[in-house]
Amino acid sequence: MSAAIAHDKPAGFSFAQYLTCMNGIVWREGLRFVHQRERFISALVRPLVWLFIFAAGFRQVLGISIIPPYETYILYEVYITPGLMAMIQLFNGMQSSLSMVYDREMGNMRTLLVSPLPRWYLLFCKLLAGTAVSILQVYTFLLIAWFWDIEPPPIGYLTVLPALALSGLMLGSLGMLISSGIRQLENFAGVMNFVIFPMFFASSALYPLWRVQEGSPVLYYLCLFNPFTHTVELIRFALYGKMNWVSLAVVGGCTAAFMIGAMFAYDPSRGLVRRGPAGGET
Amino acid sequence: MMKPDISTAGDKATGLNHPVHPHAVALAIEGVSHSYGPRKALDNVSFTVAAGNFTALLGLNGAGKSTLFSIVTRLFGIQAGRIRIFGHDIQREPGEALRCMGVVFQPRTLDLDLSVLQNLLYHAALHGIDRHEARMRSKEALSRMGLADRLGSKVRDLSGGQMRRLEIARALLHRPRLLLLDEATVGLDVRARAEILGHVRGLVIEQGISVLWATHLFDEIKPSDDLVILHQGRILAEGKVAFIVANAKARDLHSAFAQLTEAGPGSEGTVP
Repeated sequence: MSAAIAHDKPAGFSFAQYLTCMNGIVWREGLRFVHQRERFISALVRPLVWLFIFAAGFRQVLGISIIPPYETYILYEVYITPGLMAMIQLFNGMQSSLSMVYDREMGNMRTLLVSPLPRWYLLFCKLLAGTAVSILQVYTFLLIAWFWDIEPPPIGYLTVLPALALSGLMLGSLGMLISSGIRQLENFAGVMNFVIFPMFFASSALYPLWRVQEGSPVLYYLCLFNPFTHTVELIRFALYGKMNWVSLAVVGGCTAAFMIGAMFAYDPSRGLVRRGPAGGET
Repeated sequence: MMKPDISTAGDKATGLNHPVHPHAVALAIEGVSHSYGPRKALDNVSFTVAAGNFTALLGLNGAGKSTLFSIVTRLFGIQAGRIRIFGHDIQREPGEALRCMGVVFQPRTLDLDLSVLQNLLYHAALHGIDRHEARMRSKEALSRMGLADRLGSKVRDLSGGQMRRLEIARALLHRPRLLLLDEATVGLDVRARAEILGHVRGLVIEQGISVLWATHLFDEIKPSDDLVILHQGRILAEGKVAFIVANAKARDLHSAFAQLTEAGPGSEGTVP
């Protein structure tokens, strides 16, 4: 029977069309972000509260010795700044995940998924869009932090950019992977409890690992194997124009793993096939 | 159940009278089955949609229409069977297959926070249509759908009927040859339903677009339409409405449907 159906010649897609698609997805993500001013404000307020209140309170309690990449004693505020930058990206990644679950519930996700361009490419564009938004948030945070005497070397603002791009992609991919398994928006609270908080607190974001080791060797190893620790360290080193190769390898590896997992999960012949229809549909 | 044979579409077995030509098949569904765990939603579903025709897919709520749409649009993977759109196998050539097709899903899929134009531009970008061309096509499409004056309006400010018209305009933006509409008139008043149905029928006549119109409402189906009856995941009949009615020895489609599904008139979800 197949011979009976004449076949249209496949036209394929040009590079310009791929680029147009990417621009469209990034543009739409940007528009949504601009429209959701509360999201922008809360994304900034969260790390600023940590910086202005938490760090100020703990400054005298938690002394920081000279550890790389720092070449002198530093204030606690300076120490936690890379952790807070990573926190912005972590929350943004999870926010993107929440937004994907919402889009799926509301039906918007179908618009994206029925595009004729390859599914992996659409999801990658979505990740890029989320990462771009998170980088914008981080630089706004750094600008405010500068007035709080958080002054990394000027070159650091540039060298941290690739690190932020990579960590944004890693955390965004993680969020996307998680979103593929969440069927209802209400289940998202679990993500907060079981992903964001453990990742953030069991890392070097708030305290150096040598301090953690002194307090709890078990927690030290947990922190060491936590990819978020390496995200923080990658950003910390990059902010001072240096490279932490181990962290780069871990973040790079995790980015690839999470991304492949997310694309696998959103592949209609694999991940999505296990899902049932949305409410009311059959 | 009639087994479709693309090469003989148009024969006496189905009452279909569209031209028998390889290109005449817009959508070919062959032996598609789908289960949600132990529950079978589609069982060996096969039928074709002829190019340039309006084909109604009639089924009660829960018949499997939306599942079928999800499979045809690649939201779900194919567990069994094969689907081709203008000859493009959706598993082997998903890009080409999706490019030929526009879809209006049962739930609203518009971004309520974006404007009418922004929704269209986003869709155009997802199909690789550049911004200048997209703007031009959007304006044209909105004019045709009577929404030209709502270009800058937020989608959430539109009425239900306007949203549906916008979704149809969006589905046509990349100039597909096959349009799938899944219960597109659900939740609309009588006038809005008639407008939308009239517009879609107009697309078939004026532009030669093939349409698969899923519905559970009898009054949306004309005697001259091609019809596929889906019930509990199985195709009960396929062919011209008149042929199905005659074959069931019924006085009208409603009675024929009742006979075929072994349910009385006025079953849940049907409109006499």
